[in-house]
Amino acid sequence: MSVKTELKFTLNGRPVNIEVPVEMTVLNLLRENLDLKGTKYACGEGECGACTIEVDGTTINSCLMYAADLDGREVLTIEGMQTGSVLHPMQQSFVDHGAVQCGFCMPGMIVQANYLVKKNPSLTREEMKRGLEGNVCRCTGYTKVFDAVAAIVGAEG
Amino acid sequence: MSEIERYIAPQAVVEAVKAMAAGPVTILAGGTDLTPQINEGRRKHAATLMNIQRLEGLKDISLVDGEIRIGTLVTVTEIRYNALLTESATILCDTANCFASEQIRNAATIGGNICNASPAGDMIIPLLVLGASVELTSWKDDALFVRREAMKDFFKSPGKTTRQDNELLTAVIFDKPSADFVGKFRKSGPRPALEISTVTVGIGGDLKDGVFKNVRVAFGAVGPTPMRGTATEAALEGQSLNKDVIQAATEAARKDATPIDDIRATTWYRDHLIGVFTEELLNNVC
Repeated sequence: MSVKTELKFTLNGRPVNIEVPVEMTVLNLLRENLDLKGTKYACGEGECGACTIEVDGTTINSCLMYAADLDGREVLTIEGMQTGSVLHPMQQSFVDHGAVQCGFCMPGMIVQANYLVKKNPSLTREEMKRGLEGNVCRCTGYTKVFDAVAAIVGAEG
Repeated sequence: MSEIERYIAPQAVVEAVKAMAAGPVTILAGGTDLTPQINEGRRKHAATLMNIQRLEGLKDISLVDGEIRIGTLVTVTEIRYNALLTESATILCDTANCFASEQIRNAATIGGNICNASPAGDMIIPLLVLGASVELTSWKDDALFVRREAMKDFFKSPGKTTRQDNELLTAVIFDKPSADFVGKFRKSGPRPALEISTVTVGIGGDLKDGVFKNVRVAFGAVGPTPMRGTATEAALEGQSLNKDVIQAATEAARKDATPIDDIRATTWYRDHLIGVFTEELLNNVC
């Protein structure tokens, strides 16, 4: 039997109190136990960024983080970005710029882009490229992704 | 089936080292190395999983009595943007800037990168150039016991260090570099992001009136551990960095390094890169 630990943390503004196996990853907790399927599993080793979420205001790969370590922290996932049925401005900008193709990498990409803009509201294109280097997309070629983020920060193409 | 029998997340170092004195412990910090190693079966959990993220007093970068102290839980992102390091040990910030991706930099800790003891561990190279030591804390004879070990002597083989099972790496410490200190770092990989280094070279020393002194050279991914380049250092110490000296240092660097063939590069290519990077860095120093 695996050892369990009790967690209390805030998920998208709501308190969560749950018991988890201590070796479980945050990604598995979100997807399997809390039924939040927006955050994606792809590489499972921190290379692709599809599982990106914010923890205490900083983005991490949720496939690498132990759920046990969430105790007392605040988590934001893609599901927490929109308000009711209104998309977050970053989500809307991705839609408006046609930045989404297959869409699999997009939850991680949008969470990461939102974090980058919060941290640096005058983000340049070069800084966007550096900041999104851990988010792999095999469809878009990134140009429209950068356009979408640039529209939010008012960066010149 | 989990092999973990107990999970703890202590707040005080004394509790942590007492647990380590009591039996085998797997230490969890950022998880960026531990998780893939467990998932791929390269590593097994010990009976106790200890999350050290809640430990107090290990998250600061400070200057005390001329020494810069980086707590073991400081992340690579924190190093990248730290004002004290940007001003006096820029080589650490430059290296942090080339480290993995933003998400991994946000989670990965300096202590984890050191203890993982990869021959290609990025942050180890600038720390060797800065002459850093690790601080190891343990519980011995009913008291806290703290020792320091120079990083040049710390690494034994891939993944192995002189850290004992009951010792927690609590900080990395180095003398604040002099105003004349110049340090340069170069890492190679097929793409800039998320690259495990093929060859890393770091060179630092005091450059005054055209003379290079107190020179330290370090190489990554060209031997079983991150290493100091003693022959290269000797070729540079007290010299003016003219063409002949740079040529001699470049040849010495290729003798210092002992690269192997592996999935990332051949011995031939690594040998070539060591020469190229050493020459390039020295041309950038002066």
